Amino acid sequence: MSYIQKPVAYHPALKKNALGLTHRDYEGSMSTLCAGCGHDSITAAIIEACFELDLPAHRIAKVSGIGCSSKAPTYFLGRSHGFNSVHGRMPSVTTGANLANRDLIYIGVSGDGDTASIGLGQFAHVVRRRLNMVYIVMNNGCYGLTKGQFSATNDKTSPSKKGEPNPFDPIDLCQMAIQLGAGFVARSFSGDKRQLIPLIKAAISYRGFAFLDVISPCVTFNNHPASTKSYDYVRAHNQAIDKLDFVPEEREITADYEEGTTTAITLHDGSRLMLHKVDQTHDPRDPDAALMTIRSRAAQGELATGLLYIDESQQDLHDILRTSDRPLNSLPASELCPGSAKLEAINARFR
Amino acid sequence: MSGVNDFVCKFATVNGSGSASANTMFAKTIFRMGVPVSPKNIFPSNIQGLPTWYEVRVSEKGYLARRDGIDLMVAMNPQTYREDLAEIVPGGWLLYDSTMPRQWPREDINVLPIPIAAMCAKRWTDPRQRQLFKNMVYVGALSALLDLDMEVLKGVVADQLRGKEKLISANLDAVALGRDYALENFQCPLPIRVQTAESARGKIMVTGNNAAALGAIYAGATVCSWYPITPSTSVAEAFESYLKRLRTGEDGKVLGAVVQAEDELAAIGMAIGAGWNGARAFTATSGPGISLMSEFLGLAYFAEIPVVLFNIQRGGPSTGMPTRTQQSDVMACAYASHGDTKHVLLFPSDPNECFTLGAKAFDLAERLQTPVMVLSDLDIGMNEWMTDPFAWDDAYAHDRGKVLDAAGLDAAKDWGRYYDVDGDGIPYRTLPGTHPDKGAYFTRGTSHDAYARYTEDGRINAENMLRIARKFQTAATLVPKPEIATRDPRSRIGVIYFGSTRPAVLEALDELEAEGIRVNAMRIKAFPFSPEVKAFCDAHDRIFVVEQNRDAQMRSLLMLEAGIDGEKLVATTNFDGMPLTADFVRKSIRTSIGPVKVAAE
Repeated sequence: MSYIQKPVAYHPALKKNALGLTHRDYEGSMSTLCAGCGHDSITAAIIEACFELDLPAHRIAKVSGIGCSSKAPTYFLGRSHGFNSVHGRMPSVTTGANLANRDLIYIGVSGDGDTASIGLGQFAHVVRRRLNMVYIVMNNGCYGLTKGQFSATNDKTSPSKKGEPNPFDPIDLCQMAIQLGAGFVARSFSGDKRQLIPLIKAAISYRGFAFLDVISPCVTFNNHPASTKSYDYVRAHNQAIDKLDFVPEEREITADYEEGTTTAITLHDGSRLMLHKVDQTHDPRDPDAALMTIRSRAAQGELATGLLYIDESQQDLHDILRTSDRPLNSLPASELCPGSAKLEAINARFR
Repeated sequence: MSGVNDFVCKFATVNGSGSASANTMFAKTIFRMGVPVSPKNIFPSNIQGLPTWYEVRVSEKGYLARRDGIDLMVAMNPQTYREDLAEIVPGGWLLYDSTMPRQWPREDINVLPIPIAAMCAKRWTDPRQRQLFKNMVYVGALSALLDLDMEVLKGVVADQLRGKEKLISANLDAVALGRDYALENFQCPLPIRVQTAESARGKIMVTGNNAAALGAIYAGATVCSWYPITPSTSVAEAFESYLKRLRTGEDGKVLGAVVQAEDELAAIGMAIGAGWNGARAFTATSGPGISLMSEFLGLAYFAEIPVVLFNIQRGGPSTGMPTRTQQSDVMACAYASHGDTKHVLLFPSDPNECFTLGAKAFDLAERLQTPVMVLSDLDIGMNEWMTDPFAWDDAYAHDRGKVLDAAGLDAAKDWGRYYDVDGDGIPYRTLPGTHPDKGAYFTRGTSHDAYARYTEDGRINAENMLRIARKFQTAATLVPKPEIATRDPRSRIGVIYFGSTRPAVLEALDELEAEGIRVNAMRIKAFPFSPEVKAFCDAHDRIFVVEQNRDAQMRSLLMLEAGIDGEKLVATTNFDGMPLTADFVRKSIRTSIGPVKVAAE
C-alpha cells in the first residue's frame, strides 16, 4: 500500500545536488506495483531527472488519471503536491491547474488506457492547446488493474497472455501528438535509462507541450514471449534514432561529441539538448520526417525511440490566451474586483 | 382589465429575420418611459426560419410574470397565424402584414392591417433592407397605437445602434413609415397604451446570465472553462467580454483566462484543477452538462475542491426542450454523482440575485471546499428582467476559506489535509508551491485518511464520510436564509417557491389576498436548508410547493432533507417549459383550498 512509509535515514555519502538535496528528497512512498514493473523504472528516471536538474520539488505538481500508471506519482516527488483525478481526465485537471499558476512545473502521468481509450479526447485537446506540461504515458499495452485486457496501443500482432489474438490496430500516440501540434515528442523504453533520463530532463525544460511515450512492460499481464511490449521484445527491436545528452543552461559542455553528427537544440530556458543522430534520414525539426521515421520503423517491426520531433519556438496556452505574466492564483482581490465605482457605469448600460 | 400601462403585447415572427433587435427596442422604450416591462423571448432551437415569439408584459404595478391572454398580437409569421389568433383576448387587437390581405375568422377582435412588405418594397431596393426594416415598421406603427414617447424611442434606437450612424437614420425612417401609416389609418392611440410613469425609474434591465458573469468578475474569479450549451452559453461569453473591458492591461495581458473546452467533462475538470490550485474558477452549463459533469462533481465533493457551477436549467429530460425553461435539475444537482454525495445549491430568483448569489457562491465554495451550484434557468438567464441596479460594498472582503500559507504551515503542529481541527468539518488546505517541505499531499478520489493517504480501512473511510456530512451541516448555517413573507401570522396556509417563479407567486398571493385568502410565503434560496425552512413548514398545515418540474423535486428534497411530512406539502407543478403565470399559481391554490375555506366559514 502506498501509505507504507520509507525510513527517512540518510546515508551520509549520498550525492547532493545544487540545492543540497539527495535522491531521497525526490522520492515518494513505497511502490505498490508488481515487482519488476516498468513503471517503477520510469519513476526512478523522473526522480533522477529532477535531482539532476536541481528542481525544488514543491514547485512541481504531479497530476494523473486512473490506472497503474496513475498510481505512480505517489512513488516520486513526495514533497510535491499530487492530484490523482478521474479516469482519462488528467489533461483537463492539469490545464486548469496550469491556468491558475503558470509558474509551476506540471508533470502529467497517464497510461495507455487512460490516454488512448477513455482519455483520447482530452489528450488530443491538451496537445492542441499547447499546454506547458510534460505528459508521460507509461505504455504497457494492457489494463493492469483490471487484469490484462488489451489497451488501444497494443499491437495487432501481439496476443494476450492466454494467446487470444488482438483484432484491432494500435493507436500510435506519438504520431497523433505530432499531427495535433505537440512541440516536443519523444518515445523511450523504461529499461533504457540512459535515453530516458535526458529525455525527461529536456521535456521538463521545454516550454510548451512535451509528450513522452514510454514503453513500460507489464510484468504480470503483458511480458510473455509473443507480446510486442515485453522486455525481451522491446530490447531486441528498440531502434534509437538518436542518442541524447541534456546540458543545463549554465553548464559547460564537457562531453566529447563527434563532429558532424551532433545537433545542439537550445530550449526556452537556455539549456541544450545534444542530439547525435543515428538515423541519418531523421530530422527532428521536420514533422513529416518524424512521422515517416516512426512509420517506416514500425513497418519493419521496430520501435523508433529518442527525440522524434521538436519545435523550439512553440507558443504555450498562456501566450495564446495572453494571460497575465503573474500567476492568476496570486492576484489580489484589489486587482480582480472592479469595485462599486465601476458598477455605476455598468448599471448605466442597462438603463 | 387591461388598459393604460397594463397589457400584454406579443410578436410572432420568424427567427433569423432581425425581429429580435426591433422587439428589444420596443420593450426598452417602454422601460425608459418609467413603466415596468417584462419581455420573454420564446424561441426555437434553430438559427433561421422557424417560429419565434416575443411576449411583452407591461405593468405599472410591477407584475413581471408572464400573463396569458394577449391584448395585442403582432402577427408577422403566416406559419403560426392560427395559434396566434387564438391567443388574443376578446376585444383585443391583431396587427398583421396585409400585403397579402386575409380574412380572420374571429368577430370579437380588432384587426389592424398594414401592408408592411409592400411599404418596404416601395421604400427600399436592397432585399436585405426590405426584410430587416419590416420589423422597425411595425415598431413605428406601435409607437402611434400605444402612444410611445418618440424622443425616448429615438434615444433607444441611437443607443442600440451606436457606432453604426447610417443605420440609425434608416431605422428611424422605417419607424416613421409605420407610425405615419398608423396615424392615418387607425384611431390612435388604442385604449391599451403607455403613459410615462415612475415605477421603473432607477431600475435596470438585464439578463441573468450577464449578471452571473458580472458576479463572477466581482468575486474575483479568474478561470472560466466551459462548453457551449443553450441556455448557459452567454454566461461564459459575458464573462469573457467583462474580462476584456475590466481586466485587460495596456499590454493586452488579461487577469483571467477563458477556455472553451472540448466537452463538459473537460470544462468541469479544468475548473476543478484551477480551484485545486487556488484560483477562483467556474463553469457554466445546463442539464445535459450536469449529467456529463457528475463524475467530476463527485471527485470535487470527496477530494474537497472548491468550484462554482452555474446551471442555467432548461427543459429535460435528455436533450429535452433546449430553448424552454424548467427547474428540473434540483435533484440531479443536489445529489450529483455516484456514492453518497450532496451538493450546495443556490437559487437566484432574478438577475440581481444571479449577481449577488453568483459572487457569494465563490465564497461558499472556498469556505466549504466543495462544489457550489447556482441553479438559474433559461427564463432568468436569457430574458431581460427589470431589477434593482447592481450594488457592491467595497468594504466586503472575499472569504478565501481555510488555506495555509508557508507561515501557517510552519506554525501548524500536525497538519493533515482532511483533519478536522475546528470541529466544523472543514479541514485546512494547502496550495502547490507554498512550502519547500511542508504541506504537500496527494489529492485523490480514492478512500483516504485525515492525511490524504490511501486507505482501505472501512472505519477510517466512514469517519471521513461522517466528517464531510458534518461539513454539510456547517454549510446549512452559512448559506443564505430563506425569504419569509408573513401575510397573516394566524394563517396555516403557506407557499414555498424558489428561483424564477417569484414574480408569478408574488402576484398570485396579491390576487388571493384581494380575494380574502392570506397565504404566507417562503422563498428558498439555498440547499442545504437552513433551520428557518423547517420552522416555516412546522408553522403551517398546508403548504403549496410551487416548482417547474413534473416530479415535485423540491418537495421531495424537503421531505428527505428537512424531514417535512409529505402530507402537508402540496405539489404545485408546471412543466410546459414556459415561464410560470400568476394565474396558474392562484388557480392551483384557490382550487385546492376552496372547500377548506367554505368549511371554516
